Amino acid sequence: MASSLYLCLLRAVFLVCFVNPLIQGLSGDANVVQNPHHELEENLTGLPIVTFKWHHVQTPYLVIIWVFVAGLAKLSVIELNHHVTSVIPESGLLIILGFILGGIVWGADKAQTFKLLPPTFFYYLLPQIILDASYFMPNKLFFSNLGAILIYAIFGTCWNAATVGLSLWGCYEAGAMGNLDIGLLQFLLFGSLIAAVDPVAVIAVFEEVHVNEVLFILVFGESLLNDGVTVVLYNVFDAFVALGGPKIDAAEIFKGIFSFVVVAFGGSFLGVVFAILLSLLTRCTKHIQIIEAGFVFVVGYLAYLTAEMLSLSAILSITFCGICCQKYVNANMDEKSVTTVRHAMKVLANGSETMIFVFLGVTAIDTEIWIWNTGFILLTLLFVFIYRIIGVFLLTWMLNKFRLVPIEVIDQVVMSYGGLRGAVAYGLAAMLDEDKIPEKNLMISTTLIVVYFTVILQGLTMKPLVQWLKVKRAAHSDLKLIEKLNNRAFDHILAAVEDICGRIGDNWWTRGWNRFEENYISWLLMKPKARRNRDYLFSIFHKLNLEDAVNYVSEGERQGSLGFIRSDEAANVDFKKQFGSEFTDVMPDIMVDMSNYELEIENFSATSIVKDTIPSVSLDIHGQDRKNAVDDINAHHLLQQHLYRSRKNHRHKYSRSHFSINQSEDEVQEIFQRTMRSRLESFKSAKMGVNPAKKITKHHKKELTHKMANGHPDGTGHLYGDEVDSAVGSETGAIRGTFMRDTYTVGAGIENPVFLPDMDSPTHSSLPWLMETEAVAPSQRAQRRLPWTPNRLRRLAPMRISTCSTDSFLMADLEEHEEQPQTDHEEIRPAFD
Amino acid sequence: MGSRASSLLREEDIEEIKKETGFSHSQITRLYSRFHSLDKGENGALSREDFQRIPELAINPLGDRIINAFFPEGEDQANFRGFMRTLAHFRPVEDNEKNKDLTSGEPLNSRTNKLLFAFRLYDLDRDDKISRDELLQVLRMMVGVNISDEQLGSIADRTIQEADTNGDMCISFSEFIKVLEKVDVEQKMSIRFLH
Repeated sequence: MASSLYLCLLRAVFLVCFVNPLIQGLSGDANVVQNPHHELEENLTGLPIVTFKWHHVQTPYLVIIWVFVAGLAKLSVIELNHHVTSVIPESGLLIILGFILGGIVWGADKAQTFKLLPPTFFYYLLPQIILDASYFMPNKLFFSNLGAILIYAIFGTCWNAATVGLSLWGCYEAGAMGNLDIGLLQFLLFGSLIAAVDPVAVIAVFEEVHVNEVLFILVFGESLLNDGVTVVLYNVFDAFVALGGPKIDAAEIFKGIFSFVVVAFGGSFLGVVFAILLSLLTRCTKHIQIIEAGFVFVVGYLAYLTAEMLSLSAILSITFCGICCQKYVNANMDEKSVTTVRHAMKVLANGSETMIFVFLGVTAIDTEIWIWNTGFILLTLLFVFIYRIIGVFLLTWMLNKFRLVPIEVIDQVVMSYGGLRGAVAYGLAAMLDEDKIPEKNLMISTTLIVVYFTVILQGLTMKPLVQWLKVKRAAHSDLKLIEKLNNRAFDHILAAVEDICGRIGDNWWTRGWNRFEENYISWLLMKPKARRNRDYLFSIFHKLNLEDAVNYVSEGERQGSLGFIRSDEAANVDFKKQFGSEFTDVMPDIMVDMSNYELEIENFSATSIVKDTIPSVSLDIHGQDRKNAVDDINAHHLLQQHLYRSRKNHRHKYSRSHFSINQSEDEVQEIFQRTMRSRLESFKSAKMGVNPAKKITKHHKKELTHKMANGHPDGTGHLYGDEVDSAVGSETGAIRGTFMRDTYTVGAGIENPVFLPDMDSPTHSSLPWLMETEAVAPSQRAQRRLPWTPNRLRRLAPMRISTCSTDSFLMADLEEHEEQPQTDHEEIRPAFD
Repeated sequence: MGSRASSLLREEDIEEIKKETGFSHSQITRLYSRFHSLDKGENGALSREDFQRIPELAINPLGDRIINAFFPEGEDQANFRGFMRTLAHFRPVEDNEKNKDLTSGEPLNSRTNKLLFAFRLYDLDRDDKISRDELLQVLRMMVGVNISDEQLGSIADRTIQEADTNGDMCISFSEFIKVLEKVDVEQKMSIRFLH
C-alpha cells in the first residue's frame, strides 16, 4: 500500500512538473513561432552549448510520457493492496486512476487537453489488442464453438442494436426524455454503437475470473467478432443517417443489408488472405530469423489498414489473420522468434489495454462533453442490461437444440452479465458527426456512463457472482501426455462411431477438414521441415520434456544443489555414487555460478533447441520408482554443460543480427565431433586396457590453448590419469574443485556469462537429459533402450555431424551396456578439458 | 428400406433395447436400418467384414480396434442388441439421467463405461492392464512415420509414468480413471444421435 501511495505521489509530482509546462507550451501557438526567433538571437551572441528544443520533440515526448504514465498506473494498480485488487478488477482500477490523472490535468489546465481520440484508438491502440487476442486464440475451441459464437456475434449484436434503439425511440416518443433532437435513425445508430460487447473489457475481467473454457470462448469469441459486426452496423446506420430519413426506401435498406454482409465477410476474407501471405512469407525467412518475428506484426497491421482502406471490417480482418496464421507461422518460424512474437505481442496488447482504460478515465474529466439527461441515460443503462439478458437466453434456447453439450442456465446468466461495453463503443460515439447528430455529446456521455457502469460495477460483481452461482471454473491447465493421447483417441473413436452409424456429424467435418488441411494447406503454407517434425503427440511430448528440464534445473538451483534428488535410500551404491557425492563438494561453487544462468535458462533453453534436433528423451522427474536411483550423474551433467558454456565465453561477440553465438554450426560440430572421438577412443582403450588419457588430454590441451586465452592450470594431465582408474579419492575431488573455480574465474573475467544466450544445443539438449534417467536406472526399461549408448548417438549423428563416419558409431554399438558406468565416467572428461 | 428394416424389429425388442441402452424409439429404428444396410450377409448379425467394408474406417487409425470393440470376446458376430449396446456408450449424458443413476445401476453411457471402452482399445489381452507394448502398438497407429521407434518408446514410457502410481509399469483401469479424472470424458466421448 505504501509503495502504491508513493507511486501515486510520484506520478502526481511528475505530472505537475513535466506535463504542465508542456501543456502551457502547447496551448500557446505563438510560442512555436517565437521559439526559432529566440534561437536565432542566441546564435548571434555565440555558439550555444545546449539549447532547450522542446518543440522538436513535443509530440513524441508527450506520447511517450503518457505511455510511461500508463505503465506506472498499471504498476501501481498491480502493486496495490491485494485486498483491493482481488475485489475490484484491474480494468476498473485503471479507469479510476484515469479519473485522478484527468483531474490533475484538468485542474492544471482548466480544460481536458488529453482525450482518447477515435483515430488514435482505432489505428494505434486497438489493432494489437485484437491481434493478440486472435493470435493466441485457442483454435480448436474457437472453431468447435464457431456456430454459437457467430450466432451470438451477428444475431446477438443486431438484436441488441435494434431493440435498444427502438425501445429508446419508443420512450422518447412517449416523452420520457424531454425535448431532444434525435430521430429514429439516430436512435438506431446509437443502439448499434452501444450494442457491442467489448473484447478488451471482457478479457480483462474474465481472465481474472477463470470461468470454464467453453463459457470463456463463447463470451470472448463473441466480443471479438461482434466488434466487427457493430462497426459494420454503425457504418450502415451512419450512412442511413447521412442519407436522411425520407430518402430511405426498400432498395436502400436492401443495399444496407447487402453491404453489411459484404463488409463483414469481405473483411474476414481479407484477413484470411493476409494470413496466407504471412504464412508463405515465414516459409522463407530462414536467413533473417532476427526480424522474422516482426513480420507477424507488420502483416497483421497491414491486414487491418488494408481492410480499413477498402472500407471492409478491419477488426474482422485482423482477427481472422491472427486466427488463421498462428499455426503455420509458429511452425515455420524458429522457436526463438515464436517466443519473441509471444512476448512482444503481450507487451503491446497489455500496454495499449492499459492506455485505453486510463484514457477512458481521463476523458471523463471534461465539462464539455457532459450533458445530463436522466431519462436517456438511465433508460439506456436499463435497456442495454435487459436486452442483453433476453438476447442471450433467446439465442441460447435456440442453440441448445443443436448443441451436444447444452449451455447451462448458470452459464447463460454469466454470459448476459458479462456484456461489458468498452472503448470501442466510446470510440464510435466520439466519431459521430456533430452536424448530423446534434446530440452527440449526450451520446458520448451516455456511452461513457454505460462503459463505467459495466466495466466497474459489473466487473466488480462478476467474481462474487461467479462464485455465488458456482459456475464451472476452468479446469487445471497442466497438460499431460496421456490426456492428450486419449483426447486424440477419443476423436478417432467418435469419428469411427459416426461412420458406423452412417451419420455425417461434426466429427466427420472435423476429420475431413483435418485431412484436407494436412494434405494441402500445410503443404502450401508450412516448411517441409516443420511439416515433417510436426506430430501432435510428439510435439506435446517434446514440450513437456523441455518444461521438465527447465523446472528440473531451476529446482536444483533453487535448492542450491542437486541434493534434492539424491536419496540415501538408494540401494545400489556403486562407485558412481561415490563419485557423485564427491562432486557435491564442488557443486555449491557451480551452483552459485549457475544461478547467473537462471534467467537465461528460463527464457532461452526451452526455445533455443533447434527444431530438427528434438531430443527424444524422457525426463523422468515423475518416475517415482527411479527417483532415488537416478541422479548423481546429474551433477556431472550440470558440470559438463556448464563447462561447455564457459569454454565458449570468450567467443561471444556483439552482433545485431546474430543473437546466439552458438548458431555457428561449425563450432558445435567441432566440439561434438571431438567429444565423440575422444569418448570412443577412451571407450575402446578402456576395453583393451590401455590408458589413453594422456594422449587425449594433450590433444585437448592443444586445442584449448588455441581457444582460451588463459589456458589451464597445470597438473590437469595427471588428473585425468587418476580419473580413468575410477579410483576417485577426496583429494582428487578437492583438486577438481579448485580447478573448477579457476575455470570459472577465467570465464567470468572475460565475459559475463549472463549475457550468453543458451548454446550448444547438441550437448546441452541431449546429454544431460539423456543420461539422467537412462544410464543409471537399472530398470528393465533402461536395459531395453539405452539412449546414452552410442547407438543413440548414431541416431543423432547424421543430424549434426555429417563428416563423422558412422562406422565408429556402429562399432560402439557393439558395446554392451554393462560398460555403461565406465562410459559415463569417461564422459566427464570433456567437461574438464 | 427403412420401413422394411424396422418391420423386422419387433416391438418387444425395441422396448428391451430402449431400457438397456436409453436410446429413443426413433433412434433405435434409425440405427436398425443402418445396421441392416451394413449387414450384407443378411443374417441379422454383423461380421468383421461388414464393418471393414465401411470405407472411412479403413483410414481411421484406430478403425480395427474400434471394430473389435463391437465383438464380445471370442465371438465374430455382432447382433443388433450388441451393436446397440456398444453404441450406447456414446450417448451423451443427459441431465435427467444423472439423478436416475442411483436407482437403476450404472448406465452404459456413464463416465466409467465410456472410459472402459477407451481402455479396452488399448488392453488387447484383456488383463485389465495396459502394458508398455500395448501402448506402443496404439501409439504406432496414431503417430506419423516420422517418429522413430526410440522416440515412440520414450513417449510410451512417459505416458505410463504419468499414470502409473504403483510402479508396475502398467496402467491399470483404476489408474486410467485416476489420471483422466480432469478430462471431460462425458463430453469428449459423446456424439449426437439423431432423434
